[in-house]
Amino acid sequence: MIEFRSVSHRYGDRPTLQDVTLRLVERRIGVIGPNGSGKSTLARLCNGLVKPTSGTVLAEGHDTTRETAAVRRVTGFVFQDPDTQILMPTVAEDLAFSLRPLRLPAAEVARRVDAQLEAFGLVDHRDHPAHLLSGGQKQLLAIAAVLMTDPAIVLFDEPTTLLDLRNKHRVMETIVGLSQQIVVVTHDLDLLDRFDRVILIDEGRVAADGAPGETVAFYRKLILG
Amino acid sequence: MIALAGVYHPGSSALHRCPAGIKLFVLCVVGTTAMIVGSLPVLGAGIVLLAVGYAIARIEPRAIWRLSRALLVVVAIIAVIQALVSGLTAALVLAARLLLLVGAANLLTLTTPTSALIDVIERVLGPLRRFGVDPGQVGIAVALTLRFIPVIATQAARIREAQAARGVRSYRSFLLPLVISTVRMADGVGEALTVRGFQAGGARHG
Ligand SMILES: Nc1ncnc2c1ncn2[C@@H]1O[C@H](COP(=O)(O)OP(=O)(O)O)[C@@H](O)[C@H]1O
Ligand SMILES: [Mg+2]
Repeated sequence: MIEFRSVSHRYGDRPTLQDVTLRLVERRIGVIGPNGSGKSTLARLCNGLVKPTSGTVLAEGHDTTRETAAVRRVTGFVFQDPDTQILMPTVAEDLAFSLRPLRLPAAEVARRVDAQLEAFGLVDHRDHPAHLLSGGQKQLLAIAAVLMTDPAIVLFDEPTTLLDLRNKHRVMETIVGLSQQIVVVTHDLDLLDRFDRVILIDEGRVAADGAPGETVAFYRKLILG
Repeated sequence: MIALAGVYHPGSSALHRCPAGIKLFVLCVVGTTAMIVGSLPVLGAGIVLLAVGYAIARIEPRAIWRLSRALLVVVAIIAVIQALVSGLTAALVLAARLLLLVGAANLLTLTTPTSALIDVIERVLGPLRRFGVDPGQVGIAVALTLRFIPVIATQAARIREAQAARGVRSYRSFLLPLVISTVRMADGVGEALTVRGFQAGGARHG
């Protein structure tokens, strides 16, 4: 669960979010809105990558300003560009890298890596250099790597923006199928059907908040006039 | 099937089973020797030994060819320039040194899991901790370098293509976008490290 209590944020004297109060308890939450409206800032506030200028953000009850370590443990974050999120040379090595801070025995690491390769359909790519994967496979690997430490909440900032149509669907299928709570910032309005709640951000404020159909319809009317 | 870069290729050969620390030590000795010794026969013998190393590691010749194709082109270009500037012998010495160094480094990364490499660097640099060096971070930085060399190379090729398409050809208009995209990428990598639990000041959840 994520909670925003009267959260405002500004870069210098430029306000990016203004007095946002939200209780995010639904399992699959979408965030939409125009470029520059504050979506990424909202997502980054959720795991303390960005701290509120005023107000409080709680992730699973942990204050993102004061309990950063705990917040990082309960949250995962997937960015738009998978190239910068894959940190080790091969697929299996990148998955294992996620477990490095836990200092587990090698056999346990191997077991968990194998299970994850299986779950994400990456078994055939196990020892391939990550840079030779397709865009969709890279993003799946980035998601798989973040899930290795089993966070309760996974945040996604435009995870499908750089992908072709087929891979957009494949990656969003995977995201929507996760058992974790997910918060997904996206411009792919067609992929929001199976979400439980969609929030529209406009000019740093919550402009609409409800079922996917309603929020998306409101958004379309807002931009198309 | 082995893929295209000098990344870890699991196997059970003697070289795979050899501890990472020993391989790293041998690489350092080979590297230093190659830089000091200017004798062609000695460097040539080194290259023959290197080939034996690849055979022991059971790396297929086809894979070696794919791995070293680009390197050979670069070495050939450098050698030709060197030959024009300072003569044939100097050019051959330089080419042999480059082949030996890069070939040996690749043999290390092909037969050593990256995590083992990070571990050994962390251990070797342990004494530097008192001078404020974080050995774990240095190890991870080396691993990141292995991962991102091909990514940056791809980016460079992309910028080249984009400029060729617009008929631009200058070093400045090539390097500037490359530096900018690399710095931007480094920002992204830093954030990815942070959210995956590797924080500045210690490579663990902190
Ligand atoms: N690091 C930064 N420094 C200054 N301003 C920024 C920074 N990041 C974002 N902004 C500004 O904050 C506003 C909201 O940005 P962002 O949350 O990234 O929007 P979105 O993700 O919806 O496109 C934009 O006007 C953007 O220009
Ligand atoms: Mg954004």
